[in-house]
Amino acid sequence: MSNWFYLHFRAIAHALRRLAGQPVGTVLSALVVGIALSLPGGGYLVLDNVASLARGVSGTPEISVFLDAGAQKADAEALEQRLKALPALASYRYVPRDEALKQLAAGGLGDVLGGLGHNPLPDAFVLTPRGEDPEVFEQLATEIRAWPKVAHVQLDSAWVKRLHALLALGRSAVLMLAGLLGFALVIVTFNTIRLQILTQRQEIEVSRLLGATDPFIRRPFYWFGGLQGALGGLVALGTVWLGVRVLAQPVARLAETYGAVFTLNGPDWRAALAIVLFATFLGWLGAAISVRRHLAST
Amino acid sequence: MIVFDEVAKRYAGGYTALAGVSLEIRHGELVVLSGHSGAGKSTLLKLIPVIERPTSGRVLINGQDVSHLPRAAIPYLRRNLGLVLQESRLLFDRSVFDNVMLPLVITGHPPRDAARRVAAALERVGLEGRGKEMPAGLSGGEQQRVAIARAIVNRPSILIADEPTAHLDPAYAADIASLFRSFNEAGVTVLVTTHDASLFAASRPRRLVLAKGLLTEDTRPTGRLAHEEAA
Repeated sequence: MSNWFYLHFRAIAHALRRLAGQPVGTVLSALVVGIALSLPGGGYLVLDNVASLARGVSGTPEISVFLDAGAQKADAEALEQRLKALPALASYRYVPRDEALKQLAAGGLGDVLGGLGHNPLPDAFVLTPRGEDPEVFEQLATEIRAWPKVAHVQLDSAWVKRLHALLALGRSAVLMLAGLLGFALVIVTFNTIRLQILTQRQEIEVSRLLGATDPFIRRPFYWFGGLQGALGGLVALGTVWLGVRVLAQPVARLAETYGAVFTLNGPDWRAALAIVLFATFLGWLGAAISVRRHLAST
Repeated sequence: MIVFDEVAKRYAGGYTALAGVSLEIRHGELVVLSGHSGAGKSTLLKLIPVIERPTSGRVLINGQDVSHLPRAAIPYLRRNLGLVLQESRLLFDRSVFDNVMLPLVITGHPPRDAARRVAAALERVGLEGRGKEMPAGLSGGEQQRVAIARAIVNRPSILIADEPTAHLDPAYAADIASLFRSFNEAGVTVLVTTHDASLFAASRPRRLVLAKGLLTEDTRPTGRLAHEEAA
């Protein structure tokens, strides 16, 4: 096992020497990888911020359940028992028709309601569902609509649907962008390693004659690709962080004009780690494909 | 022991380098293989570390048939052989020390012990204290000595050299020839190809001559082997 570590240590040292030996090439490759990765990285960050903003501003949607005009107190109690048994429900509130009338009167419609001579409003329940999935809200409303003594169910979830659709679209776009740029980065690393193999052909041949195994020869290239990817990941992280620093104030000022308080947040440590690991993986993948393709011919 | 059993090698295009060679090389022998260019000397040598594979026949090393050795097993065979090629094949971006160190790095030798072995190998070829120099600053003979140090640093039991004196002036060539004799005296089986067998005459080697892919001469030295005499 210690021999295994020693060989990897040698391979890392070898890869670092190669990276340090061509500083211009190393910096340019890291910039290419970093700038390309900062696009999906930044996109993900924007989506994350928008999602948290939407959650903060709008809260969770409610479902209003209006009972039949002829429903009695016993009917309301029976309905309440059924609501209690619903697992998708976080909480509910019973609004008797008298209370609803008082609320409307307090809202400035007292004269209009007084002219009617009777209370036209039904008893109602206001429900707060669990989670944020519009599909679940819709299912819940449909189920309750079929209950006896329920006259009308109002689900105000159109905006939630739109938001989720927009976020899903954004996520798909970011994923597609990440996939395309990731593929491009694999090609960049593939080509870099191909050139490395060509320039080290003599060393590879001599090593083979002296008893080097394929893993021994491949290892430094894997590390080279991985380290180049990691450097690119750090550049991407720096670019995203810089973008957040530059945009934070203008975005906050824009939010202020809408009467909202909004802070553009940079990537947390998990997101930062994910970006660097993703870049490292892409570098390793490009190296692995290139080594497999080109070492067989040396 | 190295055994060639009816070994033939034909290259793509139809060129026949070896046309059925059979011979045995015993442990501790010093064998000088000569012949004209294209006689098959290099091909015969390349069959031992499986740089080439025979078209027919078998090559056995210590009883193991290496003709059909799986690709993954070849490196482990080569680690037990010392290999000196016609050109020194040194890495010119690395120091003499690092060049000689390479076989020990490949086998994952502990660095401290490896450094001792490299120093000993350099001393053995007369290059003590010159490990920090770069190969480009050495003469052709010195570069070949570095290649020899690299070949012996793993303490192989078989040393194979393909025209190690080919591009050297006579004085350097004689030095290199005496080095191989000294390794043989230490018990190493040595197989050398050369155009000038007289360089090794003082060592009383076994002389093989190849012509057009066939073994035409096999002259064994009279008396005991060199390393037996030394003992």
